[in-house]
Amino acid sequence: MNIHEYQGKEILKQYCVRVPEGKVAFSVDEAVEAAKSLGTGVTVVKAQIHAGGRGKAGGVKVAKNLDEVRSYAEELLGKVLVTHQTGPEGKEVKRLWIEEGCDIKKEYYVGLVVDRSTNRVVMMASEEGGTEIEEVAAKTPEKIFKEVIDPAVGLMPFQARKLAFAINIPKELVNKAVKFMMGLYQAFVSKDCSIAEINPLVVTGDGEVMALDAKLNFDSNALFRHPEVQELRDLDEEDPKEIEASKYDLSYIALDGNIGCMVNGAGLAMATMDIIKHYGGEPANFLDVGGGATTEKVTEAFKIILDDDNVKGILVNIFGGIMKCDVIANGVVEAAKQVGIDRPLVVRLEGTNVELGKKILNESGLNIVAAESMADAAEKIVSLVK
Amino acid sequence: MSILVNKDTKVITQGITGSTGLFHTKQAVEYGTNMVGGVTPGKGGTEVEGIPVFDTVAEAVEKTGADATVIYVPPAFAADAIMEAVDAEIPLIVCITEGIPVLDMVKVKKYMEGKKSLLIGPNCPGVITPGECKIGIMPGYIHKPGKIGIVSRSGTLTYEAVHQLSTQNIGQSTAVGIGGDPVKGMEFIDVLEKFNEDPETEAVIMIGEIGGTAEEEAAEWIKANMTKPVVGFIGGQTAPPGKRMGHAGAIISGGKGTAKEKIAKLEECGVRVAKTPAVIGDTLIEVLKEKGLYEKCLIK
Repeated sequence: MNIHEYQGKEILKQYCVRVPEGKVAFSVDEAVEAAKSLGTGVTVVKAQIHAGGRGKAGGVKVAKNLDEVRSYAEELLGKVLVTHQTGPEGKEVKRLWIEEGCDIKKEYYVGLVVDRSTNRVVMMASEEGGTEIEEVAAKTPEKIFKEVIDPAVGLMPFQARKLAFAINIPKELVNKAVKFMMGLYQAFVSKDCSIAEINPLVVTGDGEVMALDAKLNFDSNALFRHPEVQELRDLDEEDPKEIEASKYDLSYIALDGNIGCMVNGAGLAMATMDIIKHYGGEPANFLDVGGGATTEKVTEAFKIILDDDNVKGILVNIFGGIMKCDVIANGVVEAAKQVGIDRPLVVRLEGTNVELGKKILNESGLNIVAAESMADAAEKIVSLVK
Repeated sequence: MSILVNKDTKVITQGITGSTGLFHTKQAVEYGTNMVGGVTPGKGGTEVEGIPVFDTVAEAVEKTGADATVIYVPPAFAADAIMEAVDAEIPLIVCITEGIPVLDMVKVKKYMEGKKSLLIGPNCPGVITPGECKIGIMPGYIHKPGKIGIVSRSGTLTYEAVHQLSTQNIGQSTAVGIGGDPVKGMEFIDVLEKFNEDPETEAVIMIGEIGGTAEEEAAEWIKANMTKPVVGFIGGQTAPPGKRMGHAGAIISGGKGTAKEKIAKLEECGVRVAKTPAVIGDTLIEVLKEKGLYEKCLIK
């Protein structure tokens, strides 16, 4: 799960990670009020959307007075920002973060991730802050330093010191940088983050070490123990169909194509997208109905797929394990009754209770194209939507 | 022969009185798995389906001599359940549970260091040696005893591959689902190593997916060590970056972990990669024929 920059900064503050003072604003007036109460000479007006690259896309403005705050807020609120992470459709700005300007001496990068090759949390740091860290990793990997963290003891101060010295934090500020890193790690483990990136971390003219930006992602598997994090979810930032799907515990990702997919199992769902593409089609979504789906869940899945006007045809690919084919078949029939399936439908069933499932579909009187294998199914749906 | 489990493996179920645990324990008994006990704290001394239930894993091991456990407990308690099994020194732990917080698994991995247990999963279908022992949620009847080893990050895609083999009269020695989580027990290499040493396994199918670099590492290992042919498949060739494709581990981040990179690496290391998921079986058969192993692998 993603949150906004300002929410991330509010969390970091609780763990003694220094962040510039700021206030969130949902309207132009609120933005001006916020700037007034901050009372700093220079104010930064930052668009809050769930995507990086906002600066380059014109979503971060430096205002020298309240009039400028007003005009930048007017410009940004409601604007659709297109960054390298939003996709071409961009994201509409609905919130602003009004922040005190600070006197940046130098920019660095600090990040935490769960590293799957060591099975540990790893802290990464680099002197090349403020730029794309992926770019640094690709071009100058020697400029990224890493410390692998033992979960039994957590990040140790000596590790933070090693990183701080390696990235050339000014000597007199190393202790502050260590405190910063220790706090960041505490926030990461306490809140079950999957990523915590501070890019840039800055040292300022008045000798502070601060997070100028904050990107926190949370492990969705751990949200059950963090109701306070769940509250930060911003539904405006998510695809409405993905929200609807998550209510029914369906794993759904919207894509750009025109063939709707309903599959059980994440691996098979991905493979189904691949084979559609192999036969010259484009999948409209990734949808895993899961292992223990009920007729109701399958019905809802169908509704979500059919609700997408781009969908010109549907492919159902089920390999029944725990998921029984008759349950899927009943779900298809039920969905057809409730919403009416007005587009071509190809169904491939295999596995537990396959004969019963096929019988239910055959006797339903629905216009369903049966397929014998994955390849057969993909070929048929691709030709039907052409 | 086979790897990890066989007809002599004595299995307990952790979470045996829950609906999932109970359902799959019954299925396992029906398949012929030697189910010797179950664990549900507070239900010790009772029986389900004629199987004794214990309060702790340690007690279950002491009373039954179990050498494998399968875990169906809910995600919030699953890490604790794995560590309890590790503490009881059960040689093989299979964790089916989906949705365990990744930092819990980081702790589990640390806890397992220097211990005797092997872990399969979590978020996996389990392990099966056809005709002998089924531990997990896979449909047993699609499998046939034979000589092909299967190792996979995906559940249903494993069934797909097994089905493609069985319907063409090619049996399997053991099928292992290692699971779709980023931090997990056995990795591809751990399983490949076992297949390499198993005299009954003639060739291996390895099914990977986007995210991480486990397939690339396995490819290098295969090139250096594997004496048997390996056929691969990578799911998620059309997945967009930054989107988690169901499995917590299946995400392309920072331009790393793409299917394209993985396929290129596997091919470079001598692994034939199936072009589509529909031809995993055919690709294996093609390789078996080239190596003169096809007749040997056919079910008589």
